[in-house]
Amino acid sequence: MTQKVPWAKKLPLVLRNLIDTMPNNINIIKDKCVGCTLCIKVCPFGALSMHEKKAILNLDLCTLCGACLEACKFNAITLKREKTGVADTEARGVWVFCEQKRGIIQSVSYELLGKGRELANKLKSPLCAILLGHEIENKAQELIHRQADIVYVVDHHNLKNFLDDPYTNILVRLIRKYKPEIVLCGATSIGRSLISRVAVKIHTGLTADCTGLDIDEHKKNLLQTRPAFGGNIMAIIITPDHRPQMATVRHKVFKEATIKPDHKGKIIKESFDENVYVSRTKVLDVIEEVTSTVNIAEADIIVSGGRGMKGPENFKLLEDLANVLNAAVGSSRAAVDSGWMPYSHQVGQTGKTVCPKIYIACGISGQIQHLVGMQSSDTIIAINNDPHAPIFTVATYGIVGDLFEVVPLLTKKFKEALNR
Amino acid sequence: MMDYQLNEQQIMIRDLCRKIAQEKIAPIAAEYDKTEEFPWPIVKALAQADIFGVSIPVEYGGLGGGVLETCIATEELSKACGGITLCFAASYLGLDPIILFGNEEQKKKYLPDLAAGKKLAAFAITEPAAGSDASGIQTTAKKKGDHYVLNGTKHFITNGGEADIYVVIAMSDKTKGARGATAFILEKSMKGFTFGKKEDKLGIRASSTRELIFTDCEVPKENILGKEGMGFIITMKTFDVSRPGVASQALGIAAGALEAATKYARERIQFGKPISSFQGIQWMLADMATEVEAARALIYATARMIDAGVKSVSKESAMAKLFASDVAMKVTTDAVQIFGGYGYMKEYPAEKRMRDAKITQIYEGTNQIQRNIIALQLIKEMAK
Amino acid sequence: MNDILVCIKQVPDTADVKINPETNTLIREGVKSIINPFDMYAIEEAIRLKEKFGVKAVALTMGPPQAEAALREAISMGIDEAYLISDRAFAGSDTLATSYTIAKAIKKIGEFSVILCGKQASDGDTAQVGPGISTHLDIPQVTYVKKIEEIKDNTARVERMTEEGFEILEAPLPCLFTVVKEINEPRLPSLKGIMRSKSAKIQLLGAAQLDIEEDRLGLKGSPTLVSKIFSPERRKGGEIFTCAAEEAVEKLVNNLKNEIHC
Repeated sequence: MTQKVPWAKKLPLVLRNLIDTMPNNINIIKDKCVGCTLCIKVCPFGALSMHEKKAILNLDLCTLCGACLEACKFNAITLKREKTGVADTEARGVWVFCEQKRGIIQSVSYELLGKGRELANKLKSPLCAILLGHEIENKAQELIHRQADIVYVVDHHNLKNFLDDPYTNILVRLIRKYKPEIVLCGATSIGRSLISRVAVKIHTGLTADCTGLDIDEHKKNLLQTRPAFGGNIMAIIITPDHRPQMATVRHKVFKEATIKPDHKGKIIKESFDENVYVSRTKVLDVIEEVTSTVNIAEADIIVSGGRGMKGPENFKLLEDLANVLNAAVGSSRAAVDSGWMPYSHQVGQTGKTVCPKIYIACGISGQIQHLVGMQSSDTIIAINNDPHAPIFTVATYGIVGDLFEVVPLLTKKFKEALNR
Repeated sequence: MMDYQLNEQQIMIRDLCRKIAQEKIAPIAAEYDKTEEFPWPIVKALAQADIFGVSIPVEYGGLGGGVLETCIATEELSKACGGITLCFAASYLGLDPIILFGNEEQKKKYLPDLAAGKKLAAFAITEPAAGSDASGIQTTAKKKGDHYVLNGTKHFITNGGEADIYVVIAMSDKTKGARGATAFILEKSMKGFTFGKKEDKLGIRASSTRELIFTDCEVPKENILGKEGMGFIITMKTFDVSRPGVASQALGIAAGALEAATKYARERIQFGKPISSFQGIQWMLADMATEVEAARALIYATARMIDAGVKSVSKESAMAKLFASDVAMKVTTDAVQIFGGYGYMKEYPAEKRMRDAKITQIYEGTNQIQRNIIALQLIKEMAK
Repeated sequence: MNDILVCIKQVPDTADVKINPETNTLIREGVKSIINPFDMYAIEEAIRLKEKFGVKAVALTMGPPQAEAALREAISMGIDEAYLISDRAFAGSDTLATSYTIAKAIKKIGEFSVILCGKQASDGDTAQVGPGISTHLDIPQVTYVKKIEEIKDNTARVERMTEEGFEILEAPLPCLFTVVKEINEPRLPSLKGIMRSKSAKIQLLGAAQLDIEEDRLGLKGSPTLVSKIFSPERRKGGEIFTCAAEEAVEKLVNNLKNEIHC
């Protein structure tokens, strides 16, 4: 059930009065407001409106994000921001948590090392890789070749598979010991679980799913750009008063660090008391079930099908094309809900967010929930028989036509062009 | 839609049924139409949402609504699929006689499970030789000690084979003619009660229409509904309250067709503009909308009359059923016309609505029988 | 077994969010508020566990007063009790301050065997608050749970979705689970549930009711801050081929040659 009308005034009066008398951090100075409505236009939360030619604020909707402050040309809005802590000016080093599975370092870690290198250079700080696992020491050198200056390695049989408790315990201890200024981690199912716990334990800020990272030359803060509202707005987040500044980044957002075989670095092994490795949760079994060989979160090219595929049997057409292009097969929610494709292939708001180099949408109309999951792809190709399908508004190239004719043709042409 | 001044509970039923129709029924309607499977997942969803209880008295686990509540639910659900809705509507046809004529024990025994949607009900009168002419009933019920022995066959029974509770009309005394018919409550598990042929139908294909076969089926005498010999009265009175329900099914099918046709007319571009900008289409839509609204007004007024306790409602009930089902047939046919070639294709739901609509002119008394009822009543009133 | 708690969030319905093409800003007028879609799975799971183990299912949300509507909807589905954590002092909370506040509220409300959250909220997409709550409460967590297989002897066996498939884990209770869409199909509200939800008492918890350190709340307790908000450049529709399939495909393949390294 949804509601359009603001909340019914059902709270007891006492409580309502209590809320109304709370001090506000944000204020509009009536005398300075000229009623230009600039603030209303920028407020992402719809908290501002006009009343008798002055801006007024609905505090129930305001999140104190400060977008209006910047927009107001008359300094009519004030936001009281106290320091939330004292940043450790001694903190040094850009850290990348390097995720491994079955002893193999995940490509997102290389991408973070690529970006991390750039940030470290700007800060004139070392780039450090953190590697946790079992019998993985031989991988440390690989990380140095990917331009890490220091690799911290913790090797223990309990670290073989990811477990929240020991991984958190160790990362927290390493951060406390070495005091990095930045910690980066992949926004994977492991990274998102782990790093949220670490940030809370360290008591610092964490920004999820950054699509851009940079250093503010002046204050040396990490500028973390991330989408919000399904990519409808972008926000730059900073963590000015706490160290380390922590961020997660999705697959394929940054370019992998290039391999430099002559890059020099050192490997530091760390070990802890046995109780640090203890986990309250236990992994009983690991089951791999991705039906196509390429995982859609990591694929460079995705061929995706929607309701227009008309049935599960027709996904074979997409698989043929995917095989030629070495691509993964994705799906819209409609196709998953109809039982044509497993949920692990679903792209969109309730599925996975992907940003491949090329996204080929076949018979997908392009509902907003689907678009938010794929619109940051480099190139989008839409094939649909309805020229008014919203998917065409985001497509780099579109073909209006019958996908059952177009897709096999595409497969054939690419096969010829690629000699596959 | 006109403002019918529905109360809070009626609005709640309408909104929730609309949500179920859109979210649960619409996505699977075409599939069930094709496979003719019985829509058990929808039965479960309706049960979980308390919809089966809308018009069952509170003391038997229902929500205490009347005919209007059943009509509102049937209309909303039928907008998405008139066939799937029958699992609900036909259950009410089976349980209405229990509410109207059941004794306290019978109500206590059967209504709570029906209100919870744990069981479905069905009503069985039609036989191969007894369609519009109910006097042709050949199923017999012979008294034997403390029970009756039923023999015979019923056919075209909606919810047949899927329902657990059946109200069956059988001749307990053929010599008495119409006064020799008795209504029995049968349970699916009773010995000698089996199911025959399942029909392959033009429309409402997600509903089960089946033969019931009684071979020396023993029914305890406590399962007589009302009294011996009341079978036809019970049937008439049941139809009086159930016909607005059939009318609502027709209304829902028509309203669904109107909505789809209007939406399509705005999107379909011909000669460089949406076809909704052509007067020929506009007039069709205007007529369809007017007829749908008139049907709704007639149904709601009839339902309110019944719920208010008016005793003589046969004429109005028949009018609602007659008018709404004729409207449904016309509106769904016109909707196919507006969809043009696409309307004729199975890939689009327009043709299904037309197929689904047809039955509403036929069952629970053909529209010719409805006219007989109306005319008879009209003449009687004039004679007073 | 103790009760089940589900933490939910009210979010704007993204299906409603439209962009003003002239100003490139969000049009929020008429945007409905809904329960975060991922939280619907958590609510459903809470109700199933409640039905299975005969315990209570409690829901809480933190947000402005109008978030009460989300709690009433949860009750209409079958939640027994609901708490609204709302106070001006909480405004501007980031995920750290939010998870701290919610953890404090949970301590105040009672003991729970299972705490459920959606895997993330559809407006912020951070997936941080669930793990944050379990860390503040110092209880174990399993994220991305796609099935709760069994709960026995105060231990839960669950399936956790990973990029490649899934893992089967065992976790001692109390434990926090964040759940994914695969776990169930949320039920619709029931008529009796809707009636109950209209009269149900929603309990309000403000800062004064919680045993809480003031400088860890709201803006003051939030290490991250938004330094700028801007609208991303809209993707513009590109080249659309309406010609015959053969010709269109030819053109497309030529255009893509560089990107696919033909």
